[in-house]
Amino acid sequence: MLRLALVDAGFEVIEAVDGVHGLEVLEQHGADVIITDINMPRMDGFGFIEAVRGSSPYRSTPILVLTTESTPEKKARARDAGATGWIVKPFHPTKLVEAIRRVAA
Amino acid sequence: MTDIATLASSDRRELISFCIGEQEFCVDIMAVREIRGWTPATPLPQTPGYIRGVINLRGAVLPVMDLAARMGLPPVQPSARSVIIVVKVAERLIGLLVDAVSDILSITDENIQPPPDVACDRVRSFVRGLFTIDGRMISQIALDRILPEIEQVAA
Amino acid sequence: MDPMESIKATFFQECEELLADLEAGLLAIQAGAGDEDTINAVFRAVHSVKGGAGAFGMDALVHFAHVFETLLDGVRAGRIAAAPDLLEILLRAADILADHVNAARDGGAVDEARSAEMIRDLEHATDPEHDHRAAPDLAAPDLAAAGAPGVDQPDEFGFTVTRFNPESLEPLVVTEALWKIWFRPKSALYRKGNESALLLRELARLGPTKVRLDQTELPDLASLDPESAFLAWEIELEADTDEAVIREVFEFVEGDCDIEIRRCSTSESPDATSESVITAIVEPPPSRATVNTESPASVKVETPKGEAVATPAHATIRVDPERIDRLIDLVGELVINQAMLAQRVIESGLPQSSNVATGLEDLESLTRQIQDSVMAIRAQPVKSVFQRMPRLVREVAAQTGKSVRLVTEGEATEVDKTVVERLGDPITHMIRNAIDHGLESPERRAAAGKPREGVVRLAALHRGGRIVIEVQDDGAGIDRKRVQAIAVEKGLIVADAQLTDEEVDNLIFLPGFSTANAISDISGRGVGMDVVRRSVQALGGRISITSRPGQGSTFTLSLPLTLAVLDGMVVDVAGHTLVVPLTAIVESLRPKPADVKRLGPQGAVLSVRDTYVPVVDVAAILGFRDYSKSPCDGVVILVESEDGGRAALTADSIYGQRQVVIKSLEANYRQVDGIAAATILGDGRVALIVDVDAVIAMRRRDTIRDYQQPLAAAG
Repeated sequence: MLRLALVDAGFEVIEAVDGVHGLEVLEQHGADVIITDINMPRMDGFGFIEAVRGSSPYRSTPILVLTTESTPEKKARARDAGATGWIVKPFHPTKLVEAIRRVAA
Repeated sequence: MTDIATLASSDRRELISFCIGEQEFCVDIMAVREIRGWTPATPLPQTPGYIRGVINLRGAVLPVMDLAARMGLPPVQPSARSVIIVVKVAERLIGLLVDAVSDILSITDENIQPPPDVACDRVRSFVRGLFTIDGRMISQIALDRILPEIEQVAA
Repeated sequence: MDPMESIKATFFQECEELLADLEAGLLAIQAGAGDEDTINAVFRAVHSVKGGAGAFGMDALVHFAHVFETLLDGVRAGRIAAAPDLLEILLRAADILADHVNAARDGGAVDEARSAEMIRDLEHATDPEHDHRAAPDLAAPDLAAAGAPGVDQPDEFGFTVTRFNPESLEPLVVTEALWKIWFRPKSALYRKGNESALLLRELARLGPTKVRLDQTELPDLASLDPESAFLAWEIELEADTDEAVIREVFEFVEGDCDIEIRRCSTSESPDATSESVITAIVEPPPSRATVNTESPASVKVETPKGEAVATPAHATIRVDPERIDRLIDLVGELVINQAMLAQRVIESGLPQSSNVATGLEDLESLTRQIQDSVMAIRAQPVKSVFQRMPRLVREVAAQTGKSVRLVTEGEATEVDKTVVERLGDPITHMIRNAIDHGLESPERRAAAGKPREGVVRLAALHRGGRIVIEVQDDGAGIDRKRVQAIAVEKGLIVADAQLTDEEVDNLIFLPGFSTANAISDISGRGVGMDVVRRSVQALGGRISITSRPGQGSTFTLSLPLTLAVLDGMVVDVAGHTLVVPLTAIVESLRPKPADVKRLGPQGAVLSVRDTYVPVVDVAAILGFRDYSKSPCDGVVILVESEDGGRAALTADSIYGQRQVVIKSLEANYRQVDGIAAATILGDGRVALIVDVDAVIAMRRRDTIRDYQQPLAAAG
């Protein structure tokens, strides 16, 4: 769903199954924007964000977190971890693109 | 799940295989836009025989090529079972008339071998490579090579 | 598209409108119709171009606009008189400003020498006493105001402002709102991958913004910590929106920045920073006062309202043309689908009175209305083409040493965008031709008892479902003796040809004809009227000329209103369904055997009211049938090709007339000789649209081949 909306909006998308895989993919391909879930196997979203912020080439790459409206504290935790912004699920494709535009050139 | 927006690449490819007469061919699934049943085409004047004519593809005019005739094989006799594979080649859409679509295959480049010298020249020039699956030999069509005559005439 | 690029594209779109307003305003002033509103509008146009250009860092454009604007400001303030020779300068300056805009848009270069000379002229006109070598410095403060923030400059423009008149502005008070936003990011904002520039960009999407950089916190380079944040911004946003919408832009950075958002009530002046005064649009002054930026509170300046009063806002929206094209495609499909459905219902044998059939009729009527409405969306007034012409006339007049006045009529005439885009070239050529060949020199005009100034009239009108463009001059008219002599000399006609006046006049459209003794720089840029005629014909149009000796000539160009649909006659040819464009058809008839005469081995001619027209066997020419069928076995469609020649196309039967949606064959295949395009009929099948001219030409080739074959065999 997310992928479809992004591709529709003209982005190229690479998917990773979890945080560890995400770091590998990032290492391999690079990225202009990173979108991540919080609940993931192996390495969760917070850990993933911290890891990205700690690795120098991508420390300023925008990271958007997928959250639900019901968990404002997760939003705050994500911010503390270094997330650039968030996308509230269920998301609307226009809002999604707007959010990306707000963080990426 | 993590999504990362950036460039993709993969060495594994998916192919759609189809039959013309007794032979099996395939094209890269990335080039295929849709598969639709046979509808009679409107013949075009001043056109090589392997172009069956044009059909209406949801409001666009789509040329239909008889792939068998293009490769020098006996032309396809269109029936209700015939299908048109709509492929995008060089920014143009073209329909390939074939007898039937059989399978979606997933292979890696190592599985593909070049067509042997014994093959007829015409077929060989349109075949990118061969591979075997379950004892069936399948030839991959080089889509970019089946069109050049169109371009030439247009120029 | 890259959002920045899309903002830029919008800016250039606006520039086009502003430049058109500028030129129209200057012409009005020149014609004596300019009041103070006009002068204000002219000033504002240049000013707006400058403002936008500053935001994109187009320095050359900004500099030129600034000098131009300074002069206009003087005119506005009454310090400089709008004398005729000044208006000449202003008009030429407007042309060069347009060049600068084009160069900025297309990445080209302007004629530097011309631009520099104009800048000197403008500066001289502004202040004849001043030493203009120092002039480029003038641009600096303004660049700062428009683009580079943070540089405080005193107001050195001598701005004059009047009392604000509340009555005249009352109705517009609620239309715009001005927001002031203070935004000071903390370093955490950047650490999380946020970027101030992007947020400012988002703000700019809500409405016009003025951004000021506050760099007072910026330390010396030596003590600068690159990881910290020092900059702050003050943004004025003109947008009728909720605070929540503005807050949402900063949603991700809340807590990582200091932010204050305040709505400036429209009845009170925004803080009169130097920028806001510069952009302030000022009512025509009954009593004038010079504003000093140090004491702004004493003067009321209303940016948005003043602007709105001067140019009433049109309720228009900008739409990406691609979206409209897509809509037109979809409606085309809807038309086809509706026709298919209707055909199926008929085939199913449902009675005419059934609910389905009547419902279908409603659908058909709705579909037609939708199609008309959608085509109307894409319709554009020809104004966009017409407004390019005054400049052309000035240039050609200057090059030929003639004195010309251009009169335009029917600028609001609307026609499909696809046609508007293609009108420019033929009109340009017709106008060049009218001035270069049509009008006499001022001396000869005076000698003939005419005013020294020639008049070229450019008019657009709708006639018979087509758009007609007329270019008329009051020159000497066509010298028919000379035209005929040239045609003979060039072997275009035989020496003793008896031609009507009309036929002689239209000789100028023949390939290889050029009336000027020496090929002039104006008309003779390798393009003759024959090329114009061919390009017009390619669009399904016609061009002709009428002339009266001593009184002038008129070019008449007619084109279909759209290139998206076409009225055609649907016919059956050897089992193939073809569409013949109605514009080419004279009549259809069933010939009697006595009317058909054989001519040559394959050819035949048909006698139609005592003239013989060649029979064109469409089926044979397109290869649908390898033998010739007698025209008497079917119907004959009498067509007129674009060069005026007639031919009789044979068909087996006629299905009827209908409007069809034109579909390109080239998009996915290639051009096919004898076929103009394709369409999709009610049964969902593709039908081909006949290219009448090409089919006739193919028959000629076939005939020649028939004659040549025996020769080849003998040789």
